[in-house]
Amino acid sequence: MTGFAILLGFNLLGLVVQRALHMPIPGNVIGLILFTAALFLRLVKLEWVERSAELLTRHMMLFFVPYIVGTIAFLPLLRENGLAIAVSLVGSTLIVMLVAGSVAAKVGRKTSLEPEFEQGKASANL
Amino acid sequence: MNLQEIYEHPLFGVTVTVGAYVIALKVQGRWKSIHPLFVCSGAIIALLLLFDIPYENYRAGGDLITFFLGPATVALGVPLYKQRRFLRRYFTAILSGVTLGSVSGIAGAGLLVWLMGGTQELMATMMPKSVSSAISVEIARQAGGIPELTAVLTVLTGLLGSMVGPALLRRLGISGDMPIAVAIGTSSHGIGTGRVIRDSELQGSISGVSMALAGIVTSLLFIPLYGWFH
Repeated sequence: MTGFAILLGFNLLGLVVQRALHMPIPGNVIGLILFTAALFLRLVKLEWVERSAELLTRHMMLFFVPYIVGTIAFLPLLRENGLAIAVSLVGSTLIVMLVAGSVAAKVGRKTSLEPEFEQGKASANL
Repeated sequence: MNLQEIYEHPLFGVTVTVGAYVIALKVQGRWKSIHPLFVCSGAIIALLLLFDIPYENYRAGGDLITFFLGPATVALGVPLYKQRRFLRRYFTAILSGVTLGSVSGIAGAGLLVWLMGGTQELMATMMPKSVSSAISVEIARQAGGIPELTAVLTVLTGLLGSMVGPALLRRLGISGDMPIAVAIGTSSHGIGTGRVIRDSELQGSISGVSMALAGIVTSLLFIPLYGWFH
């Protein structure tokens, strides 16, 4: 439970920072950035949070389910502009994936060719 | 006993969701290619329609489940920290993939809506949909779109990327943990990240980083666009 309390604390901290500074980024993401910084600065030890974090991230999909179910309430609104929405939704999602993936692959290939690369496992995965 | 009282209790929505999720994971264990979100959400939607249960009643419990997205997003810091050496090494590649991916996604969504004869309101609704819903909804609101519709489209985008993404990318010759995770995180935010983190911690951490970066990059990219929308 220590880990869960720490994660909730950073979630709340992110929300407070977002509201206080009127930042255009959601509180959850600010919480993630602050929490990651705390791990790097050793303010939070990995072993305090590892188990709770593993449980939450492994089942992250579950927490989205009510949102997906919620789309049924908006079916009439979707149907109104159905074709334009469908084409743009599918088209732009594919564009993002292809561009992001191929750019990352191209730039990443250059990095992995540099000589001092020592992470055997990571390079095997590329 | 009045069934209505049961539906209205938050325990109904929570139990149905967790139960359907467990069944969906079992189904995926048997047939690998069936996406758990598809089975889980499909089963719940069918149940609500079959018993004529209003969505509002389900939502009382559903809201308790989505609450955990907050701490779960924060928790992505753990895989990120554990994979720090890899991430530092490939930071340039990840950032360029995320930035160019986000730019082309925003432009592509806007252009496709325009080509299909959609209104400017619909463009503002569609363009931010690749980033987490908390961000995309805020952007749509500021750009003069329909925030509720953006929330739905964001979820559908995540579901699409999460379902077809990894297999499609491999078929198109984009392989390796890093490029796939960058593509999924940039295009399909948390829903995509939730999918790849089950396969590998490395992919999950890169996808999480890409998702956070895409949110920040997209928020910044829209600042000059607000003037154009108004």
